[in-house]
Parts: sequence; C-alpha cells; structure tokens
Amino acid sequence: MNEAAWLPVIFLGLMGLAVLVYALLDGYDLGVGILMPMKTANETDRDIMIASIGPFWDANETWLVLAVGLMLIAFPAAHSLVFFHLYLPAATMLIGLILRGVAFDFRAKASLDHKLAWDRTFKIGSLITSLSQGYMLGQYVIGFDQSAMGQFFSLLSAAGVTAAYCYIGAAWLIMKTENALQLKAIQQAKLAGRVTLLGIVAVSLVNPLVNPLVFQRWFEQPYFIFVLPIPAICFAAFFFNERLLKHMTSHNDRKSWLPILYVACIFMMSFIALGFSFYPYIVPNKLTIWEAASAPESLQFILAGTVIVVPMILAYTVFAYWVFRGKATELRYY
Amino acid sequence: MLDTLLLSRLQFAANISFHILFPTINIALCWVLCYFKLRSNFSGHPMWMRAYRFWVKVFALTFALGVVSGITMSFQFGTNWPGYMETVGNIAGPLLGYEVLTAFFLEATFLGIMLFGINRVPNRIHTLSTLLVGIGTSLSAFWILALDSWMQTPAGFEMREGVAHATSWWDVIFNPSFPYRLTHTLLSSGLTVAFFIAGLSAYRIRLGDTKKAPQAALKTGLVLAAVLAPLQVFVGDLHGLNTFQHQPAKVAAMEGVWHTERGAPLLLFALPDEEAQTNHYEIGIPKAASLILTHDMNGEIKGLNEFEGNHPPVAPVFWGFRIMVGIGLLMWATAWLSIAMMRKRPTLPNGLLRLLEAMTFSGWVASLAGWYVTEIGRQPWLVTGVLKTADAVTTVPPMHVGYSLFMYVTVYALLLWAYIHTLRLMARKSVTVEEFELRGPTMQGGFTQPTVDIAKGATS
Repeated sequence: MNEAAWLPVIFLGLMGLAVLVYALLDGYDLGVGILMPMKTANETDRDIMIASIGPFWDANETWLVLAVGLMLIAFPAAHSLVFFHLYLPAATMLIGLILRGVAFDFRAKASLDHKLAWDRTFKIGSLITSLSQGYMLGQYVIGFDQSAMGQFFSLLSAAGVTAAYCYIGAAWLIMKTENALQLKAIQQAKLAGRVTLLGIVAVSLVNPLVNPLVFQRWFEQPYFIFVLPIPAICFAAFFFNERLLKHMTSHNDRKSWLPILYVACIFMMSFIALGFSFYPYIVPNKLTIWEAASAPESLQFILAGTVIVVPMILAYTVFAYWVFRGKATELRYY
Repeated sequence: MLDTLLLSRLQFAANISFHILFPTINIALCWVLCYFKLRSNFSGHPMWMRAYRFWVKVFALTFALGVVSGITMSFQFGTNWPGYMETVGNIAGPLLGYEVLTAFFLEATFLGIMLFGINRVPNRIHTLSTLLVGIGTSLSAFWILALDSWMQTPAGFEMREGVAHATSWWDVIFNPSFPYRLTHTLLSSGLTVAFFIAGLSAYRIRLGDTKKAPQAALKTGLVLAAVLAPLQVFVGDLHGLNTFQHQPAKVAAMEGVWHTERGAPLLLFALPDEEAQTNHYEIGIPKAASLILTHDMNGEIKGLNEFEGNHPPVAPVFWGFRIMVGIGLLMWATAWLSIAMMRKRPTLPNGLLRLLEAMTFSGWVASLAGWYVTEIGRQPWLVTGVLKTADAVTTVPPMHVGYSLFMYVTVYALLLWAYIHTLRLMARKSVTVEEFELRGPTMQGGFTQPTVDIAKGATS
C-alpha cells in the first residue's frame, strides 16, 4: 500500500492516543484543581489534594504538547486552520494553563499569607483551562460556527467537559485520599457524573442533528449494530459507577480504585464515538487527514523515533505512578 | 497603525524572551544538582545535600515557569505563523516532535521522582532521576537549537512546489551553524547558572547565613564561572567566524559596517543611523574587526551596502552584540577576581558579595542580548533564503493578537516579579534553617523552627 495513504492514518491514531491520554491525565488534575475548597479552614485538604497530583501534573500537561505537536507535525494545514478559528479560546486556555502551572509551585514557596491567593489562582486557572478546552471542542465539532446556536452548543460543551474533568478528578481523589476528604469526593463524583452524563447525551443528540454526515455514519449504514456497544458500554460504566458510589464509604476502601476506571471507560467511549463520527476528517467536514498531511519522508522519520520512544515513555510513566502509588500523604517538598 | 505582523512579532518576541529565561537556568542547574547529589553520595557531608535541597526547590519553580511558557510557545507556530509550518513544516515538525518525545516526557516524569520521591525510591534511583532530568533538559536544547540553527543556515533539503522537503536528516540536524550555536548556548546556560548560584548564595551570606551550604554553592558557582567565561569567549569567537562565513549580513550589522571595507575597526561605541547609512560618534580600535574576523589586519568585511533591502535592522543587532560581549567580559573579570580573593581569605569582602548579588541575573541579560543578535540578525528572513517573516504571518485580525499579546505581557510581568520575589524570600528563609537539620522536611520545604528572626538576620 502507498505510504502516503497509510502514514496519515497511523498519525491520526497516534494523535488520538495523545489527546485521549491527555484528557484522562490532565483531566483528573484539572478536576482536582476545580474541586479545591477555598475556605481558609480547608488548607490541609488543599495540601493533600495538591499532594495527590504533585508528582504527575508536569508530565500530564506534556501530553497536550505531544497532541498539539503531532497535529503540527503530521497535519500542519489542519493545525493552521483550527488555530486560526480558535485563536482567542486557545490564548485564553494558555493563560489558564500558565496560571495554574505556576500557582502550583509558588504556593509551596511563597510566604504563608500569599498561599491562599496562589491556591485561588490554581483553582481559577484550572477552571479557565477546562472551560476553554470544552469550548474549543464544541467549536471544533460544530465546524467553527459562530452563530448563536454554535455559541450555545460550544458553551454547553464547555460545561460538559468541565463536569467530566471534575468527575475524573473526584474519582482520582476517591482513590488517593481518606476519611472526610474521600467522602466529599464521593459526593462530588456523584454530582459531576450526572452533569457529565447530561452533557454526553446532549452532545450525542445535537451532533448528528447538525452534521448530516455524522447522522449518516451512525444510523444509516450497516454497521449500526457494530457501533451500538460504544454508547452501551459508556452508559453501563456510568450506571455501575453510580451504584458503586452509592454504597461506598470510607470504611470500605477496597474498591476505591474502581471509580476512576469506570470514568476512564466513559472518557474512552466518548472519544471513540467522536473519532468514529468524523473519520477521516481531521477538521470536521473541511479537511481530511490526507489533504492535511505532511510529506511522507518527514512522517517516516518521526515515526521511526515514535515507535521506539513512545513505549519507553509509557514504561517510565507507569513506573512513576507505581512509585507514588497508595494514598497521598503530605507533600514532602524537598 | 499596529498590524498583525508587528503584533505577532512582538508577541513571539515576548513569549520567547520570557520562556528562554527559565530553560537557560535549568539546563545547567540540573547538572549542578547532579554534582551536588554525587558529592553528597560520595562524601556523605550534609552540606552537599543541603545545597541540593535548596537548589532543587529553585529548579522546581523555574521548571514550572519553563513548562507553562513552553506550552505557549508550542501554540505560537499554528496561531500566529501558519506560513512557517506550511513552508518548512516538513523540517521543523520532526525536530519539534523529537524534542517532545525524547526530552519533554523524560524531564517531566523524572522531575516528579526527583522532587518528591526521595523517601520512596532507593537513593541511586533518585540520583539517576536527577541525571535523567539533566539529560532531558539538555536534549531539549539539542533539538530546539538544531531547528533554530537550521532556520539560520538551512541545509539538507530541497524545495518542491514551494515546500521544503528533507533530503538528508543528518545535514538538516548538523547544519553548518548548529555545533557552534549549541556549544555557545550551553556555555551561556552554564555561565548564567554560575552567576545565578553565586549571586543568590552571596545574598544569603550577606544576610548572615554562616552555614556551609551557601559557601559551598558560592564556590561551585564561582569556579564554574571562572572556567566557563574564558571558554565562552573562545567559542563565541568561533561562532562569530561561522556566522561571518554563512550570514555576512548579520556580521555587518553586528560590527556596524555600512560599506564594504578593508582593515575595518572594532567599534566600541557608535550610534548606527539607518537612514543616513552611517554611524555617529564612532569610537573604535583600528583594524581590529578585520583582524578578528579574517585573521588579517587588512581583511575585507562585506558591508551592509551589499545586502540592500535584505539585511537586518542595525541598531538592535549592533547594541545587542556589545551588551552581550560586555557582560561576558565583566563575568570573566568578576569570576577570576573572586577566585583570587577566595584563595587568600575564608570569606569574600562585602563589596564583592554585593557585586555578585547585583550580577545574579546578568546571565539573563547577556543571553537575551545574544539571542536578539542572532534572531533579529536573521531578519528579514524567517528561514534564511527560504521564507521571509512577513510571508509567514497569520491573517487573524490585529485586535485578537493585540488581546493575546496584552494578556501574555501582563501575566509574564507579574510572574517575573513573583519569581524574583520568591527566590529572595526562599533565600531569606533558608538563612534561618538550622545546620544539619536533615530529617523530616515539612510542607515548607525543610523549614523548621526558625532560630534567628528573619528581620534580625537581614540586618546582621
């Protein structure tokens, strides 16, 4: 087969993987940031919440650089088109990312009377980042429609993505914390989960209605029966998680690692559904992966390295999570 | 009126100027941390671990600022310079990709273990993590400077239908200016860190910190500076000769040579006048520029007149070069003077400590000045001979770029202030920490009960 035909498919897969891993990993640490309680009395809670994501957030954000980087490398035309339309929300997201990234470090080193201010910055930065990512996702799906309808859909998506990040963030906290903080996280997971479900349902309804091609793909072709498991698994994961959370108490910690797996499953299914809706378009209805791809010799050069390096990245990422397994303790900033 | 091109250039300059401050420190700082860690492992003396613990916190803070401003950088290409990726994306893409794959993940992942893992992994894994972060930061410099050098002196490619295609990746990466630029930049990182460490340590000592760790760090910084400063002058000269060979217009602007001449003087001072195509108030050493660049007193230096409409703006390049060289020489003199003083007496005199303190961020100024020389010196090209800056810019409305530029500059200014303020605070805090108090670091980073009041410490 012609390399100009299959290389873009491989790179779409790699980019998809990077976006998914980013949404899962930075998703939980953004969620933790949004869920931080802001009363002065909650300082210990905030310390533990921050400690639970401390060793990971840097690497988590790197997946965004990889995802955007892969788009830039493999599909430069798509990168230009997307960020031409999303200039302002992208800039806003970057400001959010800057604020939370630095607040994380300043809070531990600034004088005590500034700590709360940095914590607020961390929370607000996390919120700005999530909202703008959700808004951008909405705009991307709806073809950069700037009309009132498009704006409404994008705002809905902003709320949905933020809820989803809170959902996975709360699930992370259920796994990493104990006692009162864990109980609170269980309540937060319930609420965020329901809002996320609403968001997924809303997007699933609107998307085929505004994109005829998506409708066709899901409902009119023979593989309807084969793609049915995608929403089925997604909703099943939600209901299993709901049932689990209902009976979960901090005395019975044995299954505290399970909610995050359910949520990850929901993320994955939503992501596969989006990918299935738009393939082979890299920019929905505007640009296919083959129209946007770089030269084959460049893709081959980077693919060679990717095949070697990505397994290594995955291996040492697993190693880092293994090193910091178990409940989060106070941050031994050192 | 401000247009999208000018605003985008300002935004890129603001972003890269802010971003480069932090990697410039961290590339070399991580190797110094490796040194502290290894000294601690081998000698077992607590002062090395104490030095490590202070500087690793500085590293973490600097790293966070580098990461967030770096993420911003990675978006700039697409948001503001779509023509760049459209024309040379086949070259730039893989180089950037390899930076992310081989460097970013490595440093970000092992940073977690380096910062928080000391009690969770065996000591040698912790040392290895520090080493891997160092390798990561240096690899990052390798790839990004390969790309930057390729933009200066492109090689190993051919143009097909207006788009660059790689013909030899070896030639792309090891393009003519790359070895020189890489060495020069890594050395400048080393010098920046040497004075950064010496300056902050001098500040602690002057506040009355009598512990051994700041003394050890001060000495490490000064020895590093004393070795690297003369080396940098030598490498900088080689880099200059390489530029003279491949980018004569840049050298003409650096030296302020308007018209091709033999036996050109080395100008110490001048006010370049772009309109009249001449310099005012020249003070120079006769024939010295020709001697340096051609190793012949009467050697010919091509003037800006040979690059009509195709050369960079002269004043920023001319002055950037003089600021960089001036600071470099000052660093050399200060380092050797301090070392000489240190050999005679146990502590440095107060005046010298104050000088070192004043020079804490001198490396930043020199690095930025040098960066401006080389990047403004490439104008009007974005990629020499391939793509002009003006042809690569986006069509996003100026208002949008104005908004993002305003936001970035505001946030960056605040963060820079917070960064410097926090460093000073950390130094002041560390003055009050007891010696040999190694166990049980707390939330405040090993900050236990203060033994000396901070205010008292500051006045003593």
